[in-house]
Amino acid sequence: MRNAALLALADGTIFEGRALGFHGETSGEVVFNTAMTGYQEILTDPSYKGQMIVMTCPHVGNYGIAREDDESRRTWAEGFIVSEASRSPSNWRSALSLQEYLVQHRLVGIEGIDTRYLTRRLRNHGSQVGVISHVDLDPAHLRAQAKTLPSTTGRDLVGTVTCASSYEWKDGTESWPSYVDADGQPVPVPTRRFHVVVYDFGVKHNILRRLVDEGCTVTVVPAATTAEAVRGMNPDGILLSNGPGDPEGASYAVPHVQDLLGWRPMLGICLGHQLLGLALGLPTYKLKFGHHGANHPVMDVRSRKIAITSQNHNFAVTMPSVDPSTGVFATPWGQFAPTHVSLNDECLEGLAGKSVPVLSLQYHPEAAPGPHDASYLFRQFRRMMEQFHA
Amino acid sequence: MPKRDDLHRILLIGSGPIVIGQACEFDYSGTQACQALRREGYEVVLINSNPATIMTDPDLANRTYVEPITAEVVERIIERERPDALLPTMGGQTALNVTIDLHKRGILEKHDVQLIGANYDAIIKAEDRETFKRVMAKIGLATPLSRLTRTREDAVKFLEIVGFPAIVRPSFTLGGTGGNVAYNREEFERDVDWALLTSPVGEALIERSLIGWKEYELEVMRDLNDNVVIVCPIENFDAMGIHTGDSITVAPAMTLTDKEYQRMRDAAIRIIQEVGVDTGGSNIQFAVNPENGEMIVIEMNPRVSRSSALASKATGFPIAKIAAKLAVGYTLDEITNDVTHVTKAAFEPTIDYVVVKVPRFAFEKFHGSDPTLTTQMKSVGEAMALGRTFKEAFHKALRSLEIDRCGLVSLNALDHYLPEDGPRQDALERVRTATRAPHPDRPWHVADGLRLGLSKEELFTATHVDPWFLDQLEELVLFERQLLRHARKHPNADDTAETLTVPFQETESRDLLKDAKRLGFSDERLAQLLATTAADVRAFRKTHLADQRVTYSRVDTCAAEFEAMTPYLYSTYGRECEARPTNREKVIILGGGPNRIGQGIEFDYCCVHAASALRELGIETIMINCNPETVSTDYDASDRLYFEPLTEEDVLNVIDVERPMGVVVQFGGQTPLKLALPLARAGIPILGTSPDAIDLAEDRERFSALLTTLGLRQPRNGTARSDEEAFALGSRIGYPVIVRPSYVLGGRAMQIVYDEPSLRLYVKTNVLTPAQYPLLIDQYLTDAVEVDVDAISDGTDVVVAGVLEHVEEAGIHSGDSACSLPPHSLAPALIDIIREQTVALARELHVVGLMNVQFAVRDHDVYILEVNPRASRTVPFVSKTIGVPVAKLAMKAMVGHSLQDLRFTTVPPIRHVAVKESVFPFTKFGNVDVLLGPEMRSTGEVMGIDRDFGWAFAKSQAAAGLSLPRAGTVIMSVKDGDKPGTLKVARRLQALGFTIQATRGTGAYLLKHGLTVETVNKVKEGRPHLVDHIKNRRATLVVNTVGTTSSQADSLSIRREALHQNLPYFTTIQGIQAAVTAMEVMTKSSLTVKPLQDYHPT
Repeated sequence: MRNAALLALADGTIFEGRALGFHGETSGEVVFNTAMTGYQEILTDPSYKGQMIVMTCPHVGNYGIAREDDESRRTWAEGFIVSEASRSPSNWRSALSLQEYLVQHRLVGIEGIDTRYLTRRLRNHGSQVGVISHVDLDPAHLRAQAKTLPSTTGRDLVGTVTCASSYEWKDGTESWPSYVDADGQPVPVPTRRFHVVVYDFGVKHNILRRLVDEGCTVTVVPAATTAEAVRGMNPDGILLSNGPGDPEGASYAVPHVQDLLGWRPMLGICLGHQLLGLALGLPTYKLKFGHHGANHPVMDVRSRKIAITSQNHNFAVTMPSVDPSTGVFATPWGQFAPTHVSLNDECLEGLAGKSVPVLSLQYHPEAAPGPHDASYLFRQFRRMMEQFHA
Repeated sequence: MPKRDDLHRILLIGSGPIVIGQACEFDYSGTQACQALRREGYEVVLINSNPATIMTDPDLANRTYVEPITAEVVERIIERERPDALLPTMGGQTALNVTIDLHKRGILEKHDVQLIGANYDAIIKAEDRETFKRVMAKIGLATPLSRLTRTREDAVKFLEIVGFPAIVRPSFTLGGTGGNVAYNREEFERDVDWALLTSPVGEALIERSLIGWKEYELEVMRDLNDNVVIVCPIENFDAMGIHTGDSITVAPAMTLTDKEYQRMRDAAIRIIQEVGVDTGGSNIQFAVNPENGEMIVIEMNPRVSRSSALASKATGFPIAKIAAKLAVGYTLDEITNDVTHVTKAAFEPTIDYVVVKVPRFAFEKFHGSDPTLTTQMKSVGEAMALGRTFKEAFHKALRSLEIDRCGLVSLNALDHYLPEDGPRQDALERVRTATRAPHPDRPWHVADGLRLGLSKEELFTATHVDPWFLDQLEELVLFERQLLRHARKHPNADDTAETLTVPFQETESRDLLKDAKRLGFSDERLAQLLATTAADVRAFRKTHLADQRVTYSRVDTCAAEFEAMTPYLYSTYGRECEARPTNREKVIILGGGPNRIGQGIEFDYCCVHAASALRELGIETIMINCNPETVSTDYDASDRLYFEPLTEEDVLNVIDVERPMGVVVQFGGQTPLKLALPLARAGIPILGTSPDAIDLAEDRERFSALLTTLGLRQPRNGTARSDEEAFALGSRIGYPVIVRPSYVLGGRAMQIVYDEPSLRLYVKTNVLTPAQYPLLIDQYLTDAVEVDVDAISDGTDVVVAGVLEHVEEAGIHSGDSACSLPPHSLAPALIDIIREQTVALARELHVVGLMNVQFAVRDHDVYILEVNPRASRTVPFVSKTIGVPVAKLAMKAMVGHSLQDLRFTTVPPIRHVAVKESVFPFTKFGNVDVLLGPEMRSTGEVMGIDRDFGWAFAKSQAAAGLSLPRAGTVIMSVKDGDKPGTLKVARRLQALGFTIQATRGTGAYLLKHGLTVETVNKVKEGRPHLVDHIKNRRATLVVNTVGTTSSQADSLSIRREALHQNLPYFTTIQGIQAAVTAMEVMTKSSLTVKPLQDYHPT
């Protein structure tokens, strides 16, 4: 076969397909994402560091690549696995094709395989590591290689994706607002400005854009920044960003989170939520195959309102046992309550402090890609700061 | 929130007859709603005039009213049943319009009936275009620049602002009656006039054209807790300018970035919240400018729709069922996802396959109609297919259409060799012309354009089909070229006329053939390309490509994230087969495919009954069908559903996996019947009547011999295999004759021919060659009464379930005539003869299952016109009239139960009369004659049931949308032969108080016989003429019968005008006689309503 490529999983399964993207070989944990749009955002989401992404969507690359849709400065996924990549994209914003983009970012991929079969394997047997190769087409050899690959558990992937030094972020969502009033206009930016320090565990740009929308001055700091350093910046609020891999791998951040808890309003997103969980003493665990998609229903247990959310995580925070009458659990920082649960598998999706201004979400209120149902939570974070600083 | 316990009895309104724009999808939604509400413990009162629906089965709702869907009738039902609530969102535009009417008349308020699902304000906000525009502006969304107008002058003024092309739409019309596109002043004025006339409120909307913009639809669900989910984004292959019902549509959306899609999703949520559809599904359409992404809201349907049926089938998310539960107070998180059993309905389906829907057209039935596709829907049905890629799904959808095309075939003979110059140039010209205007064949011409090397840019300019889709088609065409190159002895020899061979011994070529299957090429299409037969391709694949088998994947709503518990399957060439067949005793039922004229919902009804009968017997049922509108393709209707094309290859593939004890071909109409012989040849057991008997009934010569054996009479007839034979036969039989090509359902191209010159003309214009499709010529029995008989047999006993007397004379297609059960005029002795002959035929043909016979009775002679050893169009009507589920019993008989065992040996006597009336799509086709003939053109039917023929007929007319006048002026213009009959009718009309106007000849005859008549001019005789009178609404009733072709042309304007004015008109004497009988009873007694359950107390 021309441009042949192979994918080998650690369990020995071999997929024959066609080479996609940069010519070479790559490996990582194979995870599937069920979103039907947003491959570019997914490829540039630092949370995919260490992972090769299978898109369940049948055609990928249809609308090409638009620079403004990048969610970070580069792609982070280790490999890209699709059923069919479009030869020629069609969209008014498209600047280049998926193939060109993958080559530019030296990202190795494979297409032309039965992604449903692969997905069903991952679902039934759990996520596993694998190798994609365009150069080594010997199945036995590749299979052996796949078996030796490390898993993501316990690894510090955050260190590889976080920024080297702190920086200011200035852009909002601009022509693509995700939080609009009933009249369809972007919700007005409040006049009072708040300074938010964002811990970059692998932050997506849309988190920063949404903070700017909310009238925040944003400083992004490296993952290893100390609590002391943060205090020195005197922010009005702190955001713990999303990021890749196992929160245990980034446990060096936990003491700083503990230190800052209650000092200023805090919002945790995804990995940030998991680190908050660890800080509160809630253990995390690895999900069988994770949640990766844009259709995950999450219920706010207080209002029974449902948000369809964007999710991307392989680890989750253990559901705390709560006092049945009050629905809360005790921590050294006072009482906390589980606020959000997944309707799919009843996973913990959100936590809030009763007496300390903390909001923590396993899913992605910044979407990108995915529904904007949870975008209001950035406004809620702002309100927390308003109340705190009133 | 738990379900509401303040409601007990809920009224559900159906959508009435199948018309263009409102088809089986509302039986699907209504049936789901009925079942869901009853399972929740509510009593359901249902009204629907369409007997061929599953929802009107008496065991579905508690009280089933097969009555005309008018405010007057619904009020009677409300008075009788006292429902607490009305659910108006399941019956299409019909139900919404009646609901608006009921509200305006204060009926709902008076009887304290609450609207659930959508309240009145929400309906008006979505339905009234001006209000909708205002609401959209309020929430910051753009709608097309437009103005509502009541006069032509005002419309013309606005034209200066919007410019050409301009869209003209009538306000408040039925689903399908959309608008037109005007490119010049003349067209514009004509369209405005038409719209003002068609709109029930005399309003037209003039709108800026968005032709060429990308078109999208979102299916949105909302619950009482304001949770909103989008079930499915659908992208149209055809750009704006073609009605979405006439467009090829694709799910999921293919060319939107996440940012664009989320913007659309946000808009859809704001729309449903602002319009205030409290619960349930809505459909919202958007247009997107391909050049800059500008998004405009086109419209919203605050109810379930054709698209929601499609979205349900495309994703496995049962919109109507869930909408019904939301309407009674459940929230989305309280409803379990049927497919996964573990997740909730509060989520958005994600799919890992592509769904393609292709419309099915019937322009060939409407001589003189323009097949250009516009914003007014004209398709009569649709087929859907699922595949792992767009290319695979597209191929499958095309071969599901039942138009004798096995995929993306070449319409310009471009599969093989074309010399550079002459023919190639001709083909290019043809393709260029054909791609410029949208019409049903355009996708095939686009492919031919690509075969001829036209650029995608040129094709995009011509068609506005998104370049992504064009690229997909190009991939298919390039693949064909590659395949052809391999199939020839010399590589790169594709411009020589070398003989084709199949050198598929090399691995590389075999891989190519595997790729072909993954790209969705059917064996038949491959056979065309490789110049061999489909059987050879299949045999070759089975031997040499044994490692590539068709696999079945499950529709699971979640792209494999959760296990699918429902066996709803589609084929692909993948790595893993998820069919997991059981070891149970099982039967495959073949469905009817896309709706078309002659084959519609009646057959789907029969298939669903067959499945339910087998389920009652504990036999596993497997349905194969490709029509997304239907109940049969609801994964709940059978144990297992294969959403597949009904071709020999696709059906055999399922059989290979399932290994059923037998296949049922006699319920789905002509589509599965065609497969009886090929399947039997492949050694597959066909349940019920043998394929040989089916062939015997279809084969004219064998059939004639059979009748001779039985001593039965048929009209003189013969088969002509050449033009000359046809003329000889014509003279031997004697004119008039009925002529048609063989093996066509619904009387396609069937015509009554009065003399040899006319026969010569027919032969000359017939597109099918007699050598291929022999011409069938029959003596035409003038002035005969036609009778349809449905019977059931277990191979020993035969029970005649119904003898239906047609109202119109023989020669008018049985699908187009009204008929009465029991017969309204036939002598009992004749009925007995008909019964005896039916029994004799069933015995001789060894019928096991259903049989339909068409008789003609002239004087005292009984002729057999046709025998169909299968379920007929009238089975549901008969079942509902006699209160016996005939199709179910037939299915049971087919698996070995005797009629004795089934306790069906005689039909219980009935004390009521039911009339079936046909419904026609003439308003959708400009300038087509409405005269009834041997070619079927109706899209649907209604039933009127009451204590006598008069009332039953009156109700059937009202249900068909014809309101019979109680007084006024009748205009009569009839042919000579009808004058005696007209006299009788005229006397009765005069007695009813009608003023009679007649054209000169008719008038003179009536005057001579003592009637008072005003003479009016025919069109040719100067003005004012009778068309002027009709236009000026001076008449309330029109009677117009004609004979010869020339008089038909002369009087066409009378009938078209009556149609435009929605004036009751009759084109047969029998029809007006029945109508007068109805008008007479209407003056003597008042309308009463009665549910089916009371007609047939158990």
